[in-house]
Amino acid sequence: MIKISPRLGISAAGFIAALILLALGAVASRATGDFALAPSDWAAVRFTIWQAFLSAIFSCLLAIPVARALARRRFWGRGFLITLLGAPFILPVIVAVLGLLAIFGRFGILNDMLGVIGIEPLSIYGLQGVIVAHVFFNLPLVTRLLLQGWQSVPAERFRLVAQLDIPPSMVFRLIEWPLILRIIPGAFALVFVMCLTSFAVALTLGGGPRATTIELAIYQAFRFDFDLGRAALLSIVQLVVAGGAAMMALWLIPVVNLGGGLDRMQRRWDVQMGFSRGLDGVTIALAAAFLILPLAAILVSGLRGLPDVPISVWMTAWTSLWVALVSVVVLLALALPMAGWIATSQHTSVEAVGLLGLAASPLMIGTGWFILIYPFANPADWALVVTIFVNALMALPFALRILVPALRDSAQSYGRLSAGLGLRGVRLWMWVLIPRARAQIGFAAGLTGALSVGDLGVIALFADPDRATLPLQMYRLMGSYQTNAAAGAALILLVLALGLFWIMDYWGRRNAIAE
Amino acid sequence: MKYLTLAAGVLTATSALAETPELTVYTYDSFVSDWGPGPAVEAAFEEICACDLKLVGAGDGAALLARIKLEGARSDADVVLGLDTNLTAAAKATGLFATHSVTADYTLPIEWNDDTFAPYDWGYFAFVHNADVTAPANFVELGASDKKIVIQDPRSSTPGLGLLMWVKAAYGEKADAVWAELADNIVTVTPGWSEAYGLFLEGEADMVLSYTTSPAYHLIAEEDATKAAAVFDEGHYLQIEVAGKLKSSDNQELADQFLSFMVSEAFQTIIPTTNWMYPAVTPAAGLPAGFETLVQPAKALLIPADEADAVRDVALAEWLAALSK
Repeated sequence: MIKISPRLGISAAGFIAALILLALGAVASRATGDFALAPSDWAAVRFTIWQAFLSAIFSCLLAIPVARALARRRFWGRGFLITLLGAPFILPVIVAVLGLLAIFGRFGILNDMLGVIGIEPLSIYGLQGVIVAHVFFNLPLVTRLLLQGWQSVPAERFRLVAQLDIPPSMVFRLIEWPLILRIIPGAFALVFVMCLTSFAVALTLGGGPRATTIELAIYQAFRFDFDLGRAALLSIVQLVVAGGAAMMALWLIPVVNLGGGLDRMQRRWDVQMGFSRGLDGVTIALAAAFLILPLAAILVSGLRGLPDVPISVWMTAWTSLWVALVSVVVLLALALPMAGWIATSQHTSVEAVGLLGLAASPLMIGTGWFILIYPFANPADWALVVTIFVNALMALPFALRILVPALRDSAQSYGRLSAGLGLRGVRLWMWVLIPRARAQIGFAAGLTGALSVGDLGVIALFADPDRATLPLQMYRLMGSYQTNAAAGAALILLVLALGLFWIMDYWGRRNAIAE
Repeated sequence: MKYLTLAAGVLTATSALAETPELTVYTYDSFVSDWGPGPAVEAAFEEICACDLKLVGAGDGAALLARIKLEGARSDADVVLGLDTNLTAAAKATGLFATHSVTADYTLPIEWNDDTFAPYDWGYFAFVHNADVTAPANFVELGASDKKIVIQDPRSSTPGLGLLMWVKAAYGEKADAVWAELADNIVTVTPGWSEAYGLFLEGEADMVLSYTTSPAYHLIAEEDATKAAAVFDEGHYLQIEVAGKLKSSDNQELADQFLSFMVSEAFQTIIPTTNWMYPAVTPAAGLPAGFETLVQPAKALLIPADEADAVRDVALAEWLAALSK
C-alpha cells in the first residue's frame, strides 16, 4: 500500500476545527445570560432532525433510478443535463423557491393541470413543501455522486455482463447494488447535514412557526433576544447532531473493491433494448422536468428583468467571480490533502470533521469571527476573506465525498505499483493521484465555484456597500421593491455560477481517464 | 494573515490622518442601496458639512442593534439610523446612546418626546392587496374570511414583529383568540419582508403584510395603480424609524449636525420616494403627487417604547402557541 503523508491532511482538519471552534468560543465568551435552551428550542431540534431525515431519504431514494438511467443511456443533451444537475444547488433560496412556485404554487403548472382534470389544488406549504424544495436542491447532487460511482466501474465488467447475457436484475445485484451501498450512506449524511442548517427554505415553505429549525432559533437568539449563550448552545446541538449522523453514515460505508480495469469508455451492451429502455426514458424525463421547469421559470422572469438591472449588479458580479475563484483554490488546498489522508487511512470517520463545516451555522461563524476580528481591525475589511473561508468550509464535505472514493480506488489499484516504483510526495500526486482523479477534482472545483457565487453566506453580517456580492445585491434589490431587477440579477447569478461550474467540470471530464 | 492585518492597520491610520472629518452612520441595508435614500442623503449632507459621510449597511433594524451591542463602546459608528420604537428601549438600556438636542415640528400621528432618539420617518403597517379585491375591514373579518395572507416571522423580521404588536395593541388579552382565527388564513410565514412581498406578487396570497405606503411605490415608480392597502377599523400600528448618536463618538458636533440635518427639509424631501415612508416633518412643498391617494387609518396604535419589550415576549409566546397547533 502507498502511504500519503497525513501531515498536511491533519493540518487541514485542524485548521477547519479551529475556524469553527474559535468562532464558537468567541460567541460563548460574550454571553451574559446562563447557557440554557428554551422548551421551544427542543421542538425546533425535533422538527429540524425530522425534516432533514425525510429530505435526505427522499433525495437518495429518488436519485438511484435517475442515476441508473443516466448511466445506462447515451442521448442528445445528456452532457447538458448533467451540467444542469449542478444548478439547483447553487441558487439563492428565494430564487429557487420562486422557481418551484411556478410549478407547485397556487397558480403553478401542477395546480393548473390538476384543475383541468377537476382535482382540488394542492398546497405546497407545509412539511411536504420543505421536502420538495430540499429534494430539488439535493436530488441532482446525489445523482451526480451516484453517477460517478457508476463510472468507476471498469468497462470490462459491463462487457463481461453482456457476453454472459446476465439479466438486469442480476447486474443490479452483482454490480450496481454494491456501488450504491458504497455511495448512498455518505450522500445521505451530506444531504442530512445540509438540510440541518436550513432556515429560509424551511420557514418560507414550511407554512409557519411549526417549521422552526435550529438555524432559525439561532437567528432568534442572536437578533431577537441577543442571548449569545443560547446561540452558542444551539450551534453546539447542530454540530453534535450533524457529527453524529456523519459518523454513523461513514461507519456504514462498506469497503468494496471494484477492481482495476483498463480505463476504457463504458459501453452498455447489456441494456440496449426493450422495457428497461422505456423505463429509463420516463425516469430521465420526469427528473429533467422537475429540474428544468423551475429553472425555466427563473430564466423567463430573469430575461424580463434584465433591462432593469443596474450597473452596480454587474460590479458585484465581478466581486463574486473572484471570490469564487479564490474559494476554489482554498478549497483544493484543504480538500486534496485531507482526501488523500482519509483515502489511505483506516479511520474513515475523520471525514466527519469535514462535515462539521457544513453543519456550523453561518450566522454563528460570521458573528464569532466578527467578535474575533473586531478588536484588531475593521471587520468590513475582512468580510471577503471570511466569506472565502466560509465558502471553502461549506464546500469541503462535498469535495471530500467526491474525491475520497476516487483516491481510494487509485490507492488500492495502483498503490503497490507506485510503492514499487518509489513514488512519493509531490510526484505521487502529480503522476498518479491527480491525473486519475481529474474528473472528480473538476467536479469538486466547479461545485465550490458555483456554491461560492450563489451563497449569501456571512457577507450579510459584515456588509459594506463597497464589498457586496451578487446574492447580497440581489437581496437588496428585492428589499427595495425592485422585483424585476432582482429577477434579472438572479439570472445573471445563475448563468455565472453555472458557467463556472461547467468550465471546471468540463475541464475535469475532458480527457479524463474514465469519463 | 499577519501582513493583511498590518495592511489593514496602515490603511486605517492613513484615513485617520486625512483632513476632512468622517462621520460614520450605521443603518439598514435598504437605506444604503442605490434605490434607497442613501446616495441622495450623502450628497446633500456632504454639501453642507465639509465632511465625509460614510453610510454602513448592517442588515435590518434588529441586526443593527445586535451589531451595536457586539461592538460596544469601541464602535466606529457615530450615529445609528434605522431603529424603530420596538427597539429603542433595548437600545437605550445598552447605555451606549447619548441624548440629542434635535427639535422639529414633527408631523407624526403621535406626540414625540424621546430625548435619545429623533424620528426621521414613519408609516403604518397594513395588508396590501390587489385593488380589484374587496378587503376585510378588520382582523376578525379577515379571520372569518377565506382570504389568504402571507406574513413575516416576528423573530427574524421587523414588519413581522410589527404585526405581532399590532394585534396585541388592538386586542390585548384577546390577541391569542384572534391569532387562532387567523391561523388558517396564513399561507406561510417568511423570514423577511422581501420573501413575503415576492410571494404576494407571484400570486401566492391575496394579501401581504407591508405598509400603507407600499401602493405609492407601485403608483409612482411603476405607474401601476393595481395595489391598495386595506384599512382596518381597529386602527393601524405605527412604525416610527429613529436615529440616535453614540456616546463613544469622537465627532459629537458633527453627529448633532447630522441629526438636525435629518429632520430638515433637504433630508425629509428625499424620504417619501426612496424609503417609501412618510417623512417625520412634512416638507414645505407637501408630499409627492400620488401620496394623496393612500388610505388614511382612522386611528394610530403604538405600544410605548418602555413597555414594548415585555409585551413583545408575551405576544410572541401567544403567536407561537396559536400557530403551532
